[in-house]
Amino acid sequence: MNLTLKIWRQANAKAKGQFETYVVKDVSTESSFLEMLDILNNQLIHEGKEPVAFDHDCREGICGACSLRINGHAHGPESEVTTCQLHMRNFKDGDTIVIEPWRSRAFPVIKDLVVDRTAYESILQAGGFISVGTGGVPDANAIPIAKDDAEESMDAAACIGCGACAATCKNGSAMLFVAARVSSLAKLPQGQVEAARRAKAMVAKMDELGFGNCTNTGACQAECPKGITINHIARLNREYLKAKFRS
Amino acid sequence: MSGSIFTSSIGKKMFMSISGCVLVLFLTFHMCMNLALVISNDAYNAICGFLGANWYAVAATVLLALVVVLHFALAIVLTIQNRKARGTIRYAVTKRENGVEWSSKNMLVLGFVVIIGLALHLAHFWYKMMWAELQGAHEVVVGAAMVAPTDGAAIVRYYFAQWPYLLLYLIWFGGIWLHLTHGVWSMMHSLGLNSKVWFKRMKCISWIVATVIIGGFALCAIAIFLQENFGILNF
Repeated sequence: MNLTLKIWRQANAKAKGQFETYVVKDVSTESSFLEMLDILNNQLIHEGKEPVAFDHDCREGICGACSLRINGHAHGPESEVTTCQLHMRNFKDGDTIVIEPWRSRAFPVIKDLVVDRTAYESILQAGGFISVGTGGVPDANAIPIAKDDAEESMDAAACIGCGACAATCKNGSAMLFVAARVSSLAKLPQGQVEAARRAKAMVAKMDELGFGNCTNTGACQAECPKGITINHIARLNREYLKAKFRS
Repeated sequence: MSGSIFTSSIGKKMFMSISGCVLVLFLTFHMCMNLALVISNDAYNAICGFLGANWYAVAATVLLALVVVLHFALAIVLTIQNRKARGTIRYAVTKRENGVEWSSKNMLVLGFVVIIGLALHLAHFWYKMMWAELQGAHEVVVGAAMVAPTDGAAIVRYYFAQWPYLLLYLIWFGGIWLHLTHGVWSMMHSLGLNSKVWFKRMKCISWIVATVIIGGFALCAIAIFLQENFGILNF
């Protein structure tokens, strides 16, 4: 298949970016979206031009590094997949594909399609952890956990921190990310001990970093590659308000 | 470390929710009061008399006005912060996300529709009823006639008997309905009173609450129009 690509090019964080148009020919429908970009970059290198910078790592939907807005959707038109899991069979021969970096004040563009997502790391460092003594590996099932709780926790823990939620939200809110991290730990006994401190610290850090306020549109859950729902946002609200009123 | 609840994003949403809840309760009361007018002018005027220039009614009106101001001011503050958070460069291509309601993305616009309608509503009714009573007026101008401010039924009937006003009010009711269909469940969600099990139920409850309240207002306006112009639906 032959494609026309309109890609955001920006030399560095301070430079002014613009869209540039490229034509890629003979792309296999079996190739992944990132492989298609690899083909484009090879083409650009052979032409003596600067290849397009884009984030990628595991290429199996786990690391959350790939972060592209493709034709108006985070991670492209297919639901519940990351950009690296998106295949070219989702496009038609002759299509024009517009590729943009995440747009959010908290995710500044570093170069081309690469954005700085340190803000998410900072939120995690503020409280997205449990404090436990190191030692031997505990026995499996040593702490009984109700099946529903374990499943809800695992659903939330599926978050890969890709940033699609904040990048999609019209308010630039990181609530789905914070909610997933708070929820995954709040549903487990191991996370209960620091639950109040965690909710307060992570929300405070999120606000401090300039993310917007959640207005419950649900756009984040529609675009989340891991299918994390805004039910977790209700739990975060509950955990935060409970912690605040008790302290 | 964790800042004040008054300045935090979730705290502001909590105050937005509580003020919204007060306004929904007020709308419910107002709708029930309006329905009384469809059945009896005397019943409606009796309620108006109870809510006239009495100290408790004035205090409740001031409180209600403060709640409206708080709700609207918070909406403005949140929107300014949200626009700032989005950054200066917007996406070149935007598509509607699956399952996202139009109203959820346009609550401020709907809020402006509500406020504009409210200004009209206050000029038509509150100014000629409670305000006139507080000023000690014995008569107010309603169209070509002079009406006592205590005769709320006559004032309401004068406006709703005219189709342009009826149409204007029905459009306003539509704006409030859209605002409520998102606002009611969003209010519960922001207070943390939602879950995987209750999510769809909350949306359903929200739709029912919005439809019952706004349906009641619309029913009253249409019934009065029909009573005044065609002499039907008289009880």
